[in-house]
Parts: sequence; structure tokens; C-alpha cells
Amino acid sequence: MATQDIIARSATTTHSPSIRQIDEVAKLIDVSKCIGCKACQVACSEWNDLRDEVGHNHGTYESPADLSADSWTLMRFAEHEDEAGKLEWLIRKDGCMHCAEPGCLTACPSPGAIVQYANGIVDFNQDHCIGCGYCITGCPFDVPRISKKDNKAYKCSLCSDRVGVGQEPACVKTCPTGAIVFGSKEDMKDHAAERIVDLKSRGYENAGLYDPPGVGGTHVMYVLHHADKPALYSGLPADPSIDPMVHVWKGVAKPLGLLAMGATALIGFFHYLRVGRNVVEEDEPGAVGDAAVHKVDPAVHEFDPKAPR
Amino acid sequence: MDMNRRQFFKVCAVGLGTSSLAALGVAPPNAYADQIRHFKLARTIETRNTCPYCSVGCGLIMYSQGDAAKNVAQNIIHIEGDSDHPVNRGTLCPKGAGLLDFVHSESRLKVPQVREAGSNEWKELGWDEALDRISKHMKADRDANFIETNEQGQRVNRWLSTGFLAASASSNEAGYITHKVVRSLGILGFDNQARV
Repeated sequence: MATQDIIARSATTTHSPSIRQIDEVAKLIDVSKCIGCKACQVACSEWNDLRDEVGHNHGTYESPADLSADSWTLMRFAEHEDEAGKLEWLIRKDGCMHCAEPGCLTACPSPGAIVQYANGIVDFNQDHCIGCGYCITGCPFDVPRISKKDNKAYKCSLCSDRVGVGQEPACVKTCPTGAIVFGSKEDMKDHAAERIVDLKSRGYENAGLYDPPGVGGTHVMYVLHHADKPALYSGLPADPSIDPMVHVWKGVAKPLGLLAMGATALIGFFHYLRVGRNVVEEDEPGAVGDAAVHKVDPAVHEFDPKAPR
Repeated sequence: MDMNRRQFFKVCAVGLGTSSLAALGVAPPNAYADQIRHFKLARTIETRNTCPYCSVGCGLIMYSQGDAAKNVAQNIIHIEGDSDHPVNRGTLCPKGAGLLDFVHSESRLKVPQVREAGSNEWKELGWDEALDRISKHMKADRDANFIETNEQGQRVNRWLSTGFLAASASSNEAGYITHKVVRSLGILGFDNQARV
């Protein structure tokens, strides 16, 4: 996408160009249609040229065990038994949610390492990443991961390179059941509404759309059969929000700290001009050097070879 | 603020040094970011194919680098579903989505190989040689085991000692021809590899 489409940049106070009006995009993941085949995981690694190392079986269907710098999306499998004893297998495709108010971008101290495009995509630019890991602290969904190879943060880019040329993300294209769909955010909300009507007619009274307002809405949304209890889906937060400490550090403490640093330098400079260096005045002209050393025991005799005998 | 001549020179020197450092690139970068990733398939060669795995027969597009110029050895860099294909309309299962690694696999079979009776080693041979050997083995087996009539003396023309395994991703036409060849030889054990 063009640089004019960047509407927010990490650690940057100057405004980004923002006159271009492009539609917001969204990826909608219909959890009720997902069969957990992991084609999205494979398509993601193929498109982004990532090959995570083959891990070990931890006794679950999740493979790999967690998101990593080489695995930007992951099927999470949760078994849930309802009150009637009915077993439900809740499979959620985890990954970056592309928040409208991204916590990672707010927390990032490196200018331009995280950018937000006008269509809603939040992208990491590893050229500018300093590997501090603040984006992980800032993320309410615990998504970014630091690579052990280059100590830089990585996450799903919503295939910004594909979307930029008018294609859909790789995971969306490959999904055999149509559980992942892509389009404008408005269209995806309409599609979700249809799915929710269908799910309610099938007995899922609490079916709903997951588009949490705590982060300004997301550009990756879920249709959940149990939208009243998102935590059932491998700990999806019910009301995600950016950690208030991120706002304290980046909103209040950072300007104050910069002000203190600047003031210190300025005061030091003028102090130097007006007062000058700190010169120690000699109290007594006779006591040169560190006199204390010479006040030794009178029994010790000094011997000066040049002294006349 | 009153400054003497010496202090004035110092201030000028500090100002000059700071602005020089900024000009040398120590200054904060401009609020500008280049495109992070460029679309990697913009000028690749696209080749249509069918997924070799199961009998669904999903359509694929294989993207190879190099623009078909004389001096370029093309190399497949990406494979994804063919959106225009009526079977899968662009989708692929996890196996199909990972075909690039199948193509470039070190253990992929690329040439005919034979393991002679009593040997434990695979030996490479040419396609012509391989087809000749297969024909000779088939003829020898068919001559030895062909059943023309059953116990009642009825003509059956069966050849039960050899089977044939065909590919699942063949087109209808290829399937028709395969069927004609195999059945006309009398082979009954005939299946296709549909569940890999």
C-alpha cells in the first residue's frame, strides 16, 4: 500500500497524510463453520515464506504449541461441556486482530516500527524494530512474538502485500469451508448478521459478533456461538483494552521524562555559561595535594637521596 | 544575558556542531515509511495444474520466477488455488496449500528407479528403459497367468495376477483411456490412488 495510506505511525507526533479515503477491510472468522483443518496455517507460512521448526506433540491438537515469530496464525482447540453435558469442540483461529486502536502501536517506542493503514491493517516494519518487546505488553490479545533469529517482533500482517494489490489474505483464500471471509468491514458485519440469525435459529441463542469496542473495534472479527462467553474460546478476552500502564508511560510519563531531560540539558548549558566550571578553591596555600597522606607516624623517616648530608 | 567574547564563540561552536550532526543523519528520521512488503508474484510465470493428492482434483496455479527468457531457469516459488477452477474456486486443504514444499522436497521421486530382485538398493534408469521393462514383465506375467475360460468352459479373459493403480487427478479423458487400456488387457484389480 502507498505510504499516503499510513494513518498512524509508532512513536511519531507529526501527523500522517490522511486525505485519502479508502474503505476499511475486515476478515471475518466464523468459528461455527471452522473444521480445524489448519489450511490457513499452511497458507500463511507458504505466502509469508515462514517455516517454523517441527515441534513436539503436547497432547493437544494445537500445532505448533503457541504463536511464534514463524507462526503468525494458530488454530486453538478448546473442549467445552455445557450444563446439559453436551461436548462442544470450539476451534478458534488465533492471530493479530488488527485493532482500530492498536495497543502495540501505542506502546512502541521506535518511530515507524508499527504502522496503521487507512484500511485498518496494522503492520510491523522490522527495519525499524528495536526488539524491545513493548508491543507484546501493549497487545490485549498477546499476539506479537520476538524472533530468536533477529530479535525483532513479528505478527500477522493481514497479508498487506496481497491486500495492497487487491487480493484477499492467503488464509482467506485457502479456507475450504468458507469459515474465513474477507471484504469491506461493513460487508463483513452484514455477513456476520446473517450467520448470527442462522445460528440463533439452530439453538445458539447467544450467538454474536466479536468486534470489541474496548480497542475501537477490530479488523479481524469472529462469529461466536457463545458470544456471551468469549473466554470459552481458548481465553479470548471478553472486554479487551490496552493496559492503562501503557497510557501512563506513553501518554504522561514519556513527555514529562523528555521535558525533564531537555530541561536538565538546558539548565546545565546555561549554568556552564553563567557560572562556569566548578573550580575547587585552595583553602591554604601551604597544604598542596593530599596532605593527609603525609601526616604519618613521626617514627617514619623520610629519605631524600638528593638532600645534602 | 551578558556574554563575553569567549562565551559567544563557544555558543556558536556548539550550534555549528549540533546542526552538522543533524545534517550527517543523527537527526530523527522523517515521518515516512516505505512499503514494508512488495507483492512477490507481480511478474511470475503462472502455470495451471491439478493437485496431485486426492480425487477431489483441486485446480492450482504454480508461480515460477523468471520471465521465460532464454537464460533463466524457472523455479516454482509459490503455489495456490486457482480461483477460476470450478472444483475448488481458489481454496485448498492444508495438504494442497503446502504443495510448494512437496515440489521442492529432497525425498521427492523424480526419475524411474528399480530395485532388482535380491538387491537392497534402488537404481536409476531411463524412462524408455523403465517402460520397456514394465511391458516385458507384464507380458511375461500375462502369458503365464492369463485365464481364458472358467471351469464351465465359458470365456472370461481374466488376468488376475497383476493390478493397476491409476492417478486420481487425471481428467475424464485420461481416465477413459486408462480404463480402455487396463480392461482390454483383462486386468480386474484396478483402482485409483484417491486417498493419499
